Amino acid sequence: MQMNQRDVIYLDNAATTQVRPEVVDAMIEYLSKDYANPSGIYAASASAKAAVDAAREKIAVAIGATYGNEIYFTGSGTESINWAIKSTAQAAKGRGRHIITTAVEHHAVLHTCQFLEKNGFDVTYLPVDEYGMISVDKLEAAIRPDTILVTVMMANNEVGTIMPIAKIGAVLAEINTKRDKDAKILFHTDAIQAVGHIPVDVNALGVDLLSVSAHKLYGPKGVGALYVRRGIKLPAFIHGGGQERGRRAGTENVAGIVGFGAATQLACAEMAEEALRHTQMRDDLIGKILASVPHSHLNGHPISRLPGNINITFEFIEGEGMLLLLDARGIAASSGSACTSGSLDPSHVLLAMGLSHELAHGSLRLSFGRYTTTEDLDKLMEALPPIVERLRNMSPLWEDFLKPI
Amino acid sequence: MNYSDKVMDYFLNPRNMGEIEGASGIGLVGNARCGDIMKIYLDIDGGNIIRDAKFKTFGCGAAVATSSIATELIIGKTVQEALEITNSSVMEALDGLPTAKVHCSLLAEEAIQAALWDYAQKNGMVIEGLKPPTYGGHDHHHDADES
Repeated sequence: MQMNQRDVIYLDNAATTQVRPEVVDAMIEYLSKDYANPSGIYAASASAKAAVDAAREKIAVAIGATYGNEIYFTGSGTESINWAIKSTAQAAKGRGRHIITTAVEHHAVLHTCQFLEKNGFDVTYLPVDEYGMISVDKLEAAIRPDTILVTVMMANNEVGTIMPIAKIGAVLAEINTKRDKDAKILFHTDAIQAVGHIPVDVNALGVDLLSVSAHKLYGPKGVGALYVRRGIKLPAFIHGGGQERGRRAGTENVAGIVGFGAATQLACAEMAEEALRHTQMRDDLIGKILASVPHSHLNGHPISRLPGNINITFEFIEGEGMLLLLDARGIAASSGSACTSGSLDPSHVLLAMGLSHELAHGSLRLSFGRYTTTEDLDKLMEALPPIVERLRNMSPLWEDFLKPI
Repeated sequence: MNYSDKVMDYFLNPRNMGEIEGASGIGLVGNARCGDIMKIYLDIDGGNIIRDAKFKTFGCGAAVATSSIATELIIGKTVQEALEITNSSVMEALDGLPTAKVHCSLLAEEAIQAALWDYAQKNGMVIEGLKPPTYGGHDHHHDADES
């Protein structure tokens, strides 16, 4: 694919995606021509407002929402998550202060939960197994009379493991039948890696709140949405004007929202075909890497896994070096290594799955997109094994492994 | 990653990477927890001159670059001169490091000192100003980005 006019093999689509040309075309009109504020009363405003509502319907259809007005646009997936968790906590604090989540959530969830812990809430972080999967039985056992919210990601951004959201939804629905109408446990899922990539249906999943982001599915950055099931009283998080029916203030990012709607519609229309193509490329590449590089291991679930995600640990080496050497060959990827995260601790996801620090540092994440081709992956396969070998030859851990004392 | 050209050069074309058979002193510092392990080998002659130095490193681009340039900085120096190599001299030689990577330069300084300590121990010497190494003991600010 083309990136900045250079031939870059972009294998970091879980980080962000290229805005597809059809989406750019759809957006431009609302930047330069129909730029009116949707809150105005003149004709141009009506056009902008209609565009926002058309996009809202597209997102609703994509996630199986019954009503378009269950979709609220936000400034990012992170904002959607903050809103869902913090406002649920605020609304329910009179009846309970217990939240259940998992140890492998994105930082948008984890750091929000940690913030609430500092403010009098009690959070259970469910452990995961070696594949990054939670146990629904453990989740059920963790529920207490004062539990107000369960928040579990639909698909993990690092290792691609797809969580049993529908099963959790069914368990919570059963428990909620025994609770008073005003004491239901709400269920939120961070579906940011899922929507547009795997089927998502809020009613089949049994979720009350669902977060989604545009830029993970070939839409623009800076726009997300929160699904809020009708009947749920979620207080506003951003206060100001009366946009989004008074629940999310701030002049609408009209072009961004239009792009989000267009991108979501396209991604969902192409999902089945893309998922099949990615799954075949994924399983083929995993097989090739594990066969050609000794002491390499797949991280994440082998089957219940995002179609476009590969995460592999290469023993005895550190991830950032791998990324720099891949970059020198025009390949963009990512790692759970501490060095690439800006902190000094490696991926909390890999550690929660039981990997040692050393193994977590040596992970490589490859995430495919609609522009990824088998030729790209062939080029990766030419570059990767020599890079691992080169770094191992430089590694004192490899030296020790070859010459045990 | 905003590495200087010099860091990238030393990472992509590392100088003095390897081992020295029968080294006069070997320093091993860091730990896998932090993601950086450096091993420095020294070949020191009877006149206390460092004839050769090699390194092996498990770690990021900055860790490789700092260990590589550290070996260059000490080759040809006396043991006493090598002791004066600090993390700031390593950083300066590399045209600086991103803030999050400064600890790599500390590790390079520690690796040299650990190798010199090993040399002194093997030869029953006391090197003035040299302290025993604290393996991987440098402080990391794990929560530096926490609000």
